[in-house]
Amino acid sequence: MWVYEKKLQFPVNIKKPNLKYANAVLTQFGGPNGELAAALRYLTQRINMPTSKSKAVLNDIGTEELAHLEMIQAIVYQLTRDASPEDFLKEGLQGYYAVWDNHIFPSSPTGEPFMAAYINNTGDPISNLHEDLAAEAKARATYEQLLNLIDDPDVTKPLSFLREREVVHFQRFGETLDDLQLHEGMKTQFVVKKP
Amino acid sequence: MENTLSRKDLMRKIQELSFCAVDLNLFLNTHPYDAQALQDYQYVLNSLRQLKDLYNQNYGPLMNFGEAYVTGNSWKWVAEDEKWPWEGDMVI
Ligand SMILES: [Fe+2]
Repeated sequence: MWVYEKKLQFPVNIKKPNLKYANAVLTQFGGPNGELAAALRYLTQRINMPTSKSKAVLNDIGTEELAHLEMIQAIVYQLTRDASPEDFLKEGLQGYYAVWDNHIFPSSPTGEPFMAAYINNTGDPISNLHEDLAAEAKARATYEQLLNLIDDPDVTKPLSFLREREVVHFQRFGETLDDLQLHEGMKTQFVVKKP
Repeated sequence: MENTLSRKDLMRKIQELSFCAVDLNLFLNTHPYDAQALQDYQYVLNSLRQLKDLYNQNYGPLMNFGEAYVTGNSWKWVAEDEKWPWEGDMVI
């Protein structure tokens, strides 16, 4: 089970609303390399992991991703909470307003709602860890793209924090992969059981 | 322990230590016999406990589901003059 803690992992206090920034950051909410996809990917894969260590790594990183999801929600919310229909029109984001008003919704910046197809689990734990390493690398690259677009330090500080966490997660998944290669990987015979 | 910090500063200290706890926890998952990390984790945990208790006593519950004390004569979790984390700093 989970218990909620009434605090953000890293502070988010945005003074200047900006719909363009909000629209870009939305990708880390409901987009392909976003925090929702990350949390769902790890918290699902953990169930079938073979060792206690790999279960713990996926459980705990998946849990931290939920805290990141909350930070991204906070960023998008604080950038949009005072926006009027005219503001959306001015930025060409009337499509978003028409569907969701100024409420946050897990979609990509171009309006595709979140899809479970963003996570690519298989029946092989080692393949899944490779997927997790790729996911962390792609999330880091996405944060770098966002940092290239955004100038407001109130937004870039929490985004830089999130980018750094992807680096740490990548490292921990790498160690977990090494561990599984040594212990589980040796047992793997690449034989198709039912040809 | 007496509270000498503003609400915001106390929250920042909790966020800092809590971050150390998360990061050390992840490190220990892949280095379970690292003596230094075990010791650091225990140290962070002790300080964090104290600060969280202090916050709880002075400003109400940080956690739900049986993880925080009741203070005063009402259920502070739903107090209307309290902000939720995504609304920005709880500076009052
Ligand atoms: Fe991550």
